[in-house]
Amino acid sequence: MTESRPLILLVEDESQMRTFVRLALAAHGYRVLEVATGQEGLQQAAAHTPDLILLDLGLPDIDGLEVTQRLREWSLAPIIVISARGQEEQKVGALDAGADDYITKPFGSEELMARIRVALRHSARSSQDPASSVATVGDIRVDFAKRLVFVADREVHLTPIEYKLIVALMRHSGMVLTHKQLLDQVWGPGHAHQMQYLRVYMAQLRQKLEENPAHPKYLVTEPGVGYRLKSREPPAAS
Amino acid sequence: MNERRPDPDELVARLREEEKKSSRGKLTIFFGAAPGVGKTYTMLEAARLEVENQHRDVVVGVVETHGRYETGSVLIGLELIPRRSVEHRGIRLDEFDLDAALARRPQLALVDELAHSNAPGSRHPKRWQDVVELLDAGIDVFTTLNVQHLESLNDVVAQITGVVVRETVPDAVFDRAYEVRVVDLPVDQLLERLHEGKVYVPDQAARAVENFFKEGNLIALRELALRRTAESVEAKMRGYKAAHGIEESWHTGERVIVCISASPTSARLIRAASRMASSLHAELLGVYVETPASIRMSPDDRARLAQNVRMVEAIGGEAVTLRGEDAAIETVRYARKRNATKIVVGKPTHSRWRDILKPSFLDDLVRKSQEIDVYVISGSAVERPTPLDTDRRPSGELEVSGYVAGTAVVAASAVLSWFLFGRSQLADVVMVFLLGIVVVSMRFGYGPSLLAVLLSVLTFDFVFIPPYMSFAVTDFSHIVTFVVMLFVALVISNLTKRIREQADSARGRERRTASLYAVSRELGLATSRESLVDVAARHVRELFGVKVALLLPKGDRALEIVHADDDTFRADDKDLGVAEWAWQNQRAAGNGTDTLPLARGRFVPLLGSRGPVGVLGLYPSPESRLDDPDERQLLHTIAGLIGLALERTELAAEARRASLRVETEQLRNALLSSVSHDLRTPLGVVTGATSALLEEGVPKSAETRRELLKTAHEESLRLTRLVRNLLDMTRLEAGALKVHTDLQSVEEIIGAALDRLDDRLRGREVRTDVPADLPLVPFDAILIEQVLINLLENATKYSPPDSPLEVSARAHATSLEIAVSDRGPGISKENAERVFEKFYRVHEGEGGGAGLGLTICRGIVAAHGGNIWVEEREGGGASFHFTLPRGSKAQESTAPAERRIHD
Repeated sequence: MTESRPLILLVEDESQMRTFVRLALAAHGYRVLEVATGQEGLQQAAAHTPDLILLDLGLPDIDGLEVTQRLREWSLAPIIVISARGQEEQKVGALDAGADDYITKPFGSEELMARIRVALRHSARSSQDPASSVATVGDIRVDFAKRLVFVADREVHLTPIEYKLIVALMRHSGMVLTHKQLLDQVWGPGHAHQMQYLRVYMAQLRQKLEENPAHPKYLVTEPGVGYRLKSREPPAAS
Repeated sequence: MNERRPDPDELVARLREEEKKSSRGKLTIFFGAAPGVGKTYTMLEAARLEVENQHRDVVVGVVETHGRYETGSVLIGLELIPRRSVEHRGIRLDEFDLDAALARRPQLALVDELAHSNAPGSRHPKRWQDVVELLDAGIDVFTTLNVQHLESLNDVVAQITGVVVRETVPDAVFDRAYEVRVVDLPVDQLLERLHEGKVYVPDQAARAVENFFKEGNLIALRELALRRTAESVEAKMRGYKAAHGIEESWHTGERVIVCISASPTSARLIRAASRMASSLHAELLGVYVETPASIRMSPDDRARLAQNVRMVEAIGGEAVTLRGEDAAIETVRYARKRNATKIVVGKPTHSRWRDILKPSFLDDLVRKSQEIDVYVISGSAVERPTPLDTDRRPSGELEVSGYVAGTAVVAASAVLSWFLFGRSQLADVVMVFLLGIVVVSMRFGYGPSLLAVLLSVLTFDFVFIPPYMSFAVTDFSHIVTFVVMLFVALVISNLTKRIREQADSARGRERRTASLYAVSRELGLATSRESLVDVAARHVRELFGVKVALLLPKGDRALEIVHADDDTFRADDKDLGVAEWAWQNQRAAGNGTDTLPLARGRFVPLLGSRGPVGVLGLYPSPESRLDDPDERQLLHTIAGLIGLALERTELAAEARRASLRVETEQLRNALLSSVSHDLRTPLGVVTGATSALLEEGVPKSAETRRELLKTAHEESLRLTRLVRNLLDMTRLEAGALKVHTDLQSVEEIIGAALDRLDDRLRGREVRTDVPADLPLVPFDAILIEQVLINLLENATKYSPPDSPLEVSARAHATSLEIAVSDRGPGISKENAERVFEKFYRVHEGEGGGAGLGLTICRGIVAAHGGNIWVEEREGGGASFHFTLPRGSKAQESTAPAERRIHD
């Protein structure tokens, strides 16, 4: 029974922050392993193979970006980076290097739990059931087999690029996708500098899928980072 | 009492002089009548006394002992500065090492033979210039000088001895000496010494020296030396009396004008005038009048004129260039203006018949000068050849072609008259010839026109006057015709020449005026140092036909090259050192000046009103004529303009920095008071609420606990916002805010901001009005999101909880306008500007922040080149608007786009 509870590795150098996160995680039934340095984090990750890693970007010994890269050499466990304001570039770097999501300090426990749930769900899905044929987020439903997209059961016609975009976002629903990741996935590598295209297509997609494109419910922009398909799930009862 | 009170100007001048004197080193000259009187020996003795009695720090810069035993023996015990070896045309020359002496900084330096010429390639061509630099550096100098080397006595000595001395020292240097000590030796003793071989005689000059050391010569030289010293002592006496108010003989205020020209005899004239001025204790003014005729001066003449002008300056006079039609009138007018009482001119050298045709300058001057004395000085004495440093270029083919064309025009006139009038209508034929002469003198100048006159008369005689095809004349009336024709033709050609010259002169003047106007206007418009440098470099380049370099001081007063045309500074040459020298000594240096004339560039210090602000480097091309009096003046003026403009930007920058400092100070104070209140309140609440929760033994209901927690949470959120704003403000103030613009979608950012504020906006109606076809505009997504968040937070804070908020965006021709509106109490007109000020709050207390949110918004929007303002809404409420410029202008000037998606 205890073994089925997910193990979370928390790499954070500030002890108060560790205490807060540990208490919040424990309250939600997670097992927690805390370390204060990147070096320890790498060791503990290798020793205990955690289900998810919470990684602070401002570590005293190793750059968070490097920790991400080294973890990604062998681990598939989802990584959520904890960043402070003003660390946008490191944050994007870590995401591009393989981190799954980020959360910005100060954050509430509710927000943290939501991110963790999404990340764990994705890692479970990718390891067990890689190709589900239909995905739903709120009113939006994508039928991968038939290449059809519906909003509230009404079919929406998308151009091939718009379709590729929504598929990429759908596969990572709830998690952030950086501009580079989206450009790589939709246009293929080598288009990383064509951000205006991405903006234009995202605007078209919002136009087609959102009720109010200027105040989107699903296709949310993370300025300076990328986009997130927000899954407005009710807090999961645990 | 007939007491004369010192004139205030005089007092100020004296004060300045004394101030200068105190910081300058003192020059002591050991002055003798001829070589061999023992100057060097006396100097060394005096130096030894300085060391022994005064314990002064004395070094020997250079002493020529010429192997004389006595002189050499005194040297023992004095520190020697090693000579600098210079290789010139295969000969090794040992020169005085000025830099070493300056670096050593003794109290007193001995520098022998003031009149010595340095080896080519030295910093200064003359040793006296080295000495002046030592004095400027505050080092006292002992030096030696023979009377024949004094500039003003140079030709007198030449007349007495028949030996022309080339190495001269300006009288100004002599007159400014702190002390002149005469080293005197009776003539027979000197001759004795000469025979004993105690006087140094170089082999090659042995014969000249033999002539020189005649008893008669030596007596005359001795008299000259003593008299000159007496004059200098007398001048000191006057100075002393003046300083102590003993006598009424204040500065006489007398001025002597010497008329200079390109003539080789001018140098002699200048020296004579200088002697006159110094014996009268008068100021010397060298005046050159540029008439229209002198515009087209040969390059040789120009060079000579420049040399004469420099000579006036070297002697200590003031050189002035006047412009006008009539040289005599201008000179007299100027003399009146400056209260000059004496004008020195050279004797005319041309023959008398020219005076009959045209009154000479001298006649004019004498007639118009009225109460001013005119001194005429012979111009035909022994004149040492003035070596010219400019290259002689053969004067162009244009001249030859002019004569060819002149001949052709005459031939054409002859043919034309032949066919039109034949040999019968002679009057008409003459007219045609005259027309030809007009054409030639207008198009090809004076020389060709004279040729055309001659040819016309001859052709007329040869072809049209019987006997035909012969120069013989039978009819006397035809001779009259010739004379009349010749006269008329000459008058025409002279008049045309005058008109041409006037036009040239007017054009030249207009060019100067126009360029000065353009320079001053553009310099006035330039606001930044960079644009100023551009403007200055461009104008100087175009005006003078030179390559330009501009050096300005960097923080620690060292010079930095801020502009350099191609082919100016080279890695290997010493021009940078020359520029440094010009900067430190505040005098022009390099090419065409007295200092380091072998440098490729000329460096002119740019002076502002508070001192030097930079150095302008000019690299002349073969066409540039920097030494023309005109160009010199223009350069001077423009250098002044540039200097003042640079100083102005410097001062403006300083003022900005100062006001920034004041603002920062105010910010700090306001911050402290704000921090004490705005941060303490939420902190107090958090501490209080959590301590109540932690309190043991006091039972609390679940509802109370929840209430306490909620309060603590809300206050900590408020604290977060405050700290965020404070940090943003600090970054903004410190200029550390980097704007990474990128083509962005406004719709996205509005969406992101609304999403970020999801919690705070819960239950609030937010209307958005954002057209789908808005263009992408360049901005920094994170910063503009911050602006929207601040505006939205404000709107929620200051409006009733159930009132709707509105966000709208509109595209204009050059910008995008975004508005955030609420239905709160609105902001009155008086407050519309003030709300953007730091720490200003319309509604004190109650949930408010530190009053920084809007200031940050304004800072961010301004960094994007946009505007922000607030309007009152119809039906109540406030509406905040800001604009973001469209187009590529902002994009070009910012960081590379899409930085963030690369690692």
